[in-house]
Amino acid sequence: MTDPGEHARPHPPKQIHLAAHFPGVNNTTVWSDPESGSQIDFASFLHLARTAERGKFDFFFLAEGLRLRERAGRVHDLDVVGRPESLTVLSALAGVTSRLGLAATVNATFNEPYELARRLASLDHLSGGRAAWNVVTSSDAFTGENFRRGGYLDRADRYLRAAEFVGLARALWDGWPPGGPPTKVTHTGPQFRVSARPALPRSPQGHPVVIQAGDSDEGREFGASTADVIFSRHSTLETARAFYKDVKARLAAHGRSPDELKIMPGVTYVLGDTEAEARERAAAIRRQQVSPQTAVAFVERVWGRDLSGLDVEGPLPDADPVPDSDLIQGWAHAGDRFGVAEQWRAIAEEKKLSVRELVIELTGRQSFIGTPASVAAELDAYVQGDAVDGFILVPHLTPGGLDDFVDRVVPLLQERGTFRADYAGTTLRDHLGLPAVPREPAS
Amino acid sequence: MTLRLSTALDEPGGAADAWGTPRPADHWLALVRRAERAGLDFVTLGDSFAPPSPGGGRLDAVAVLASVAPNTERIGLVPTVTTTHTEPFHTASSIATLDFVSRGRAGWLVDVSTGLDEALAFGRRDPAPPGELWSEAADAAEVAARLWDSWEDDAEIRDVATGRFIDREKLHYIDFEGRAFSVRGPSIVPRPPQGRPPVVVALDERAPGERWELAARHADIVLLTAASPPAVQLARSALDGRVAAAGRDPGAVRLLVAVAIDLAGGGSGGESGDGGGPLRFSGTPESLAVLLADWYAATQADGFHLLPTAPEADLAAVADALVPLLRRRGLLRAGYRGRTLRDHLGLTRPASRYATEVPQ
Ligand SMILES: Cc1cc2nc3c(=O)[nH]c(=O)nc-3n(C[C@H](O)[C@H](O)[C@H](O)COP(=O)(O)O)c2cc1C
Repeated sequence: MTDPGEHARPHPPKQIHLAAHFPGVNNTTVWSDPESGSQIDFASFLHLARTAERGKFDFFFLAEGLRLRERAGRVHDLDVVGRPESLTVLSALAGVTSRLGLAATVNATFNEPYELARRLASLDHLSGGRAAWNVVTSSDAFTGENFRRGGYLDRADRYLRAAEFVGLARALWDGWPPGGPPTKVTHTGPQFRVSARPALPRSPQGHPVVIQAGDSDEGREFGASTADVIFSRHSTLETARAFYKDVKARLAAHGRSPDELKIMPGVTYVLGDTEAEARERAAAIRRQQVSPQTAVAFVERVWGRDLSGLDVEGPLPDADPVPDSDLIQGWAHAGDRFGVAEQWRAIAEEKKLSVRELVIELTGRQSFIGTPASVAAELDAYVQGDAVDGFILVPHLTPGGLDDFVDRVVPLLQERGTFRADYAGTTLRDHLGLPAVPREPAS
Repeated sequence: MTLRLSTALDEPGGAADAWGTPRPADHWLALVRRAERAGLDFVTLGDSFAPPSPGGGRLDAVAVLASVAPNTERIGLVPTVTTTHTEPFHTASSIATLDFVSRGRAGWLVDVSTGLDEALAFGRRDPAPPGELWSEAADAAEVAARLWDSWEDDAEIRDVATGRFIDREKLHYIDFEGRAFSVRGPSIVPRPPQGRPPVVVALDERAPGERWELAARHADIVLLTAASPPAVQLARSALDGRVAAAGRDPGAVRLLVAVAIDLAGGGSGGESGDGGGPLRFSGTPESLAVLLADWYAATQADGFHLLPTAPEADLAAVADALVPLLRRRGLLRAGYRGRTLRDHLGLTRPASRYATEVPQ
């Protein structure tokens, strides 16, 4: 394993940023383990947030989904289902944490700027400057069935709306300077026509931190022009490096410096006292994450076919995928089903894998597996090697899934001098090393 | 039966003459703790999208009460959430979540946005007549009730043998179709601790209309503005009739009379119930205790909703003087008995309307 952290460096090392993702509603989260606690009780959120704050993490992160996922017109029942609403949970956590950043995923398609800007400003005020907004753009008609607007937004417009939304939110955040009076913000664009004075004066951070999670070219461009943090999917060293280079190179065109945007992939980890023990634990966790039923569900997602009878100890189905299947709703689109199926078949053939083994192999979610020392070294190597600025850690267990990381890995990162021993500032912008928002914005 | 006592946390408008910063989290926590020390059933916090007036601005009421929740134990937390420019699906999720973070102490004070300014802040619709907005609010309350019921209580099963986290037979589409919106469901939030957090509606005996229909169909608590005990009586029987007509039990709706109080202003004592607005009292806790006892004896109100003039000072006087006086008269319980807002109000936890079996 490469470990640049052990060589003398000409510059002070880059600092690692860390966030804690509350375990989500997909099969990364293991609900069948005896250690797995409630996914909904506030005590679970409190435990994980306090653990993150004990570990001096930058922020605590909550995802969102506005429609329960479905298979064949019925609610998908194999993963965790149901979660509380992000901003309300984070407002509660603001009352029982003091430094930890509080990041809410909130959809830009099914919300309105005046209301959401105010809710985010409220969280920023109540938390003393710790609010963040992960701007997501799901806009499908399936989700729209829960909302006044329905599924009206063309997929091509999702980032146009998001960009207009964030611009308007920032104008509202700026619209009441210290000492007042609040000025009227008037905006007319393709998505919004708003004329209003903000409900709140400028919040402690000026602008709550904006996070972006989306991977298309438009998504990256939106991130480069607008976001403070990108929550990425790219967690292998090579893909992460390529993503990092691509996105950071886009910043100059927007008049921004590379420091103004932090890139943090979602990653998982498994610790052991020895490398072998860690690998064994990781393999056991993968089996928990891919039950026989879940293995079938993964194949169905690619094939677009009802495969209820499929023997997961046997081979992949002979039948071809159904290109425009709507068997599965609420997941990211499977892409080119034929191509993916072809690939899966090739790998299964080559490695002689059963369906379940194949799904375990292909959806393996543990990014960092090893002893605390080797995991700390590898995380650091990603950061020093300009693959990432930090990590959003996704534990597989609620609520204790970060305990061992905070107890065993964080101290090693601190010893290396690449992670804070204590919070230096009070706001999330301080933790992330983001430039302050000018007090008197140019009009 | 003892009377129910609750309070608003809002500072009456026009208090400030300069542009400042919002009251910090500590302020709200101190106020709610004071109300909790007094043993009150719940606090309300108003909200609106109306433009700011001098002062520190208006924080989102759900957020404020959520921030208070983990640092309080028993008191009910009832924010206003308006229905005109908001999404009913989000509102139901937020109130359910407030119920989770407070372990069963949330309620929802339903209101509408009638102003042009609010409409322009959203830019999605023109202002509409209040009647239309209140019937839309009733639809929003119906959506919330169905969403809160859309998960049966025992839907989470974690059945390792079959690999299922939930029993999806116990999750239900709500398929609401109304004039202004339709909502498919199910809720993205599991059923909240109280089943359905209590719905609160403010009514004025002098202003009939669609708001009463909303209360008849959905309210667990009515906050009544009334000028005199006979007016309270008339309102109670009108409300009971409408509740029964809506197929509900009038005995399951708590009617609290709004009383604007000023216990710290040095007022010599006095009340006025005319000229519109709520009953106003200014004077000592002793004479307020007498007034409340008289109204309680003379009407079938279940209690009172206090509207303080200066919340910090007034709530201190409520905790230190008014409540002990009412307890001495046997009119107020000695402390909290239950844990949830429904417990405090003597309201049973409803079964899900979709449940096929009666829970054990
Ligand atoms: C790491 C990551 C996390 C995401 N989390 C959420 C989420 O919690 N809720 C949501 O609605 N969408 C989420 N999304 C979806 C994105 O907001 C976006 O809608 C989707 O990626 C499509 O945009 P794209 O074409 O730019 O990738 C996430 C995307 C990524 C890459």
